[in-house]
Amino acid sequence: MATWWWEVMATENIRLDYSIIYSIIEPGSHVLDLGCGEGDLLYPLVRDKQIRAQGIELNDKAIQECVKKGLSVFQDDIENSLREYPDNSFDYVILNQSMQEVKKVDCVIQDALRIGTKVIVGFPNFAYFKSRIMLFFRGRSPITESLPYLWYDTPNVRFLSITDFKDFCAGKKIRIIEDHYLGEKKIVHLFPNLLARNAIFLITKQDR
Amino acid sequence: MKNTKLEKINNTSVGVVETQYYTYARQGKQHKLESGETLGPITLAYETYGKLNKDKSNAILALHALSGDAHAAGIHKGDEDKGWWDEMIGPGKAFDTNKYFIICSNVIGGCKGSTGPSSTNPATGKPYALDFPFITVADMVHAQRHLIDHLGIDKLLCVAGGSMGGMQVLQWVASYPDRVRSAIPIATTLKHSPQQIAFNEVIRQSIMADPAWREGSYYEYGQPEKGLSVARMIGHITFMSDQSMEKKFSRRLKKDQFSFGFDPDFEVEGYLHYRGANFVKRFDANSYLYITKAIDYFDLSGSKLIPAGKSIDTRFLIISFKSDWLYPAYQSQDIVRLLKRRHVDATYCELSSTYGHDAFLVEIEEQTTLIKHFLDKTFNGYMVVGSYGD
Repeated sequence: MATWWWEVMATENIRLDYSIIYSIIEPGSHVLDLGCGEGDLLYPLVRDKQIRAQGIELNDKAIQECVKKGLSVFQDDIENSLREYPDNSFDYVILNQSMQEVKKVDCVIQDALRIGTKVIVGFPNFAYFKSRIMLFFRGRSPITESLPYLWYDTPNVRFLSITDFKDFCAGKKIRIIEDHYLGEKKIVHLFPNLLARNAIFLITKQDR
Repeated sequence: MKNTKLEKINNTSVGVVETQYYTYARQGKQHKLESGETLGPITLAYETYGKLNKDKSNAILALHALSGDAHAAGIHKGDEDKGWWDEMIGPGKAFDTNKYFIICSNVIGGCKGSTGPSSTNPATGKPYALDFPFITVADMVHAQRHLIDHLGIDKLLCVAGGSMGGMQVLQWVASYPDRVRSAIPIATTLKHSPQQIAFNEVIRQSIMADPAWREGSYYEYGQPEKGLSVARMIGHITFMSDQSMEKKFSRRLKKDQFSFGFDPDFEVEGYLHYRGANFVKRFDANSYLYITKAIDYFDLSGSKLIPAGKSIDTRFLIISFKSDWLYPAYQSQDIVRLLKRRHVDATYCELSSTYGHDAFLVEIEEQTTLIKHFLDKTFNGYMVVGSYGD
């Protein structure tokens, strides 16, 4: 009997954003994960959906963990890692929870759209209501579950909201194929820019 | 009984091993070299560890560096010296002899049992000396292929090695892509930079400047000890890092005070003299000349590693070390860039180490994790735990 992906994810206690990305990716596709960490997103995809996966990661320990899982990974930073790839090298390029740490976001997304047919972007929503409360009522830089860092000790250099990202796509002629908004444990349907903690977009070039 | 059992469990050495020899290109079947010259007969000294499985799918070729030899693991009878990669080859180690069959052979041009300039020239009955033809890394690999054929192995599970061993790894992929399932080039390059060629030239000149070198025909008189010793001293400087030398020697003196003479005062000087003197006892000066030339000629940049329009199935694990300034990380990254352009399945890891180029021989733990799992994946694939999805 076939098992559904959300059951697999539930039994393995996998993060909500991972399970959404897992559901987006077609079996057998060629996937590049930028900032793949310890490979927890790629591993189930390789195992269950027979994808061909390549990770990019900078952290020494995370690389070792990827290799332990049998994943192929390059030690490099995201901004330097895309140049050599020929156009349309991948079916999907994933930029999940790593975009906010990239300085030249525009270049990275354009390069990702060049080397991948589709790009999956996942990021914490800076306009989440808890962030707004902290900023508005307490007058402090927001610290939330998805943006847990103190201002002086954060890897994040870009802070954006869901609305910001949609504007960016419209301005750069990027087509949004799918959008997913995530609360703490569930999908958010209403007022995502206010109520969603994280967002995941599946995007492609408008002329594609 | 109990003790012997424990010993077996704790035993991570391949134990006592013996070097074997394979000779080919006998009369009338000379081996054509890249230079156009011919060589024959050719003998290769080699050792094997572990067992070849029934379908001959578990064979790994370990490739040695400039002054290495076929003795990669275990000990020889009556000798305590362990093989050069003993920490990596053995039961439960990175190259696990319980699972894999590991082969290591001395390169041609060498002096550790394989045919080289110190071998007897069948035409004269004397050592070849400078009559030995120039050899290249491709020639070394070509010779190894004859050995692999002789052992009845069609496809190697892996070719692995550091430094010049890494060049041979790359050459295997370039020359026989269909015969290698995976490749592990460590601390190596697609081609020598002018800096690397420059060091090798100084090394060669220091040998040739020694009058005892006698235009290469020194075999009746003994090695050009001074020249060869200086050559090796230069080599050792390039193998270490500023940091590792500081840690190992600092400015410590051999005696309490300066001698105000030109005998070695500092520990680092003593160390270099010691390494130089030791090398003279174990390595042929002409071999050093021929092999350094071979690695200077080596160049698989551009589309020479993988010809344009061709695709390869070989998986790669590329390892470099942060403090290695002889084969800097950028050279390994050049390999990675080339593989990216060609959609080759690869992993690249730049390990933190302060040991410089020597790191590939001494940084065991992280290399073991990487290599062990990489080989496991290559050999077994992913474990499929069930079918999911709609």
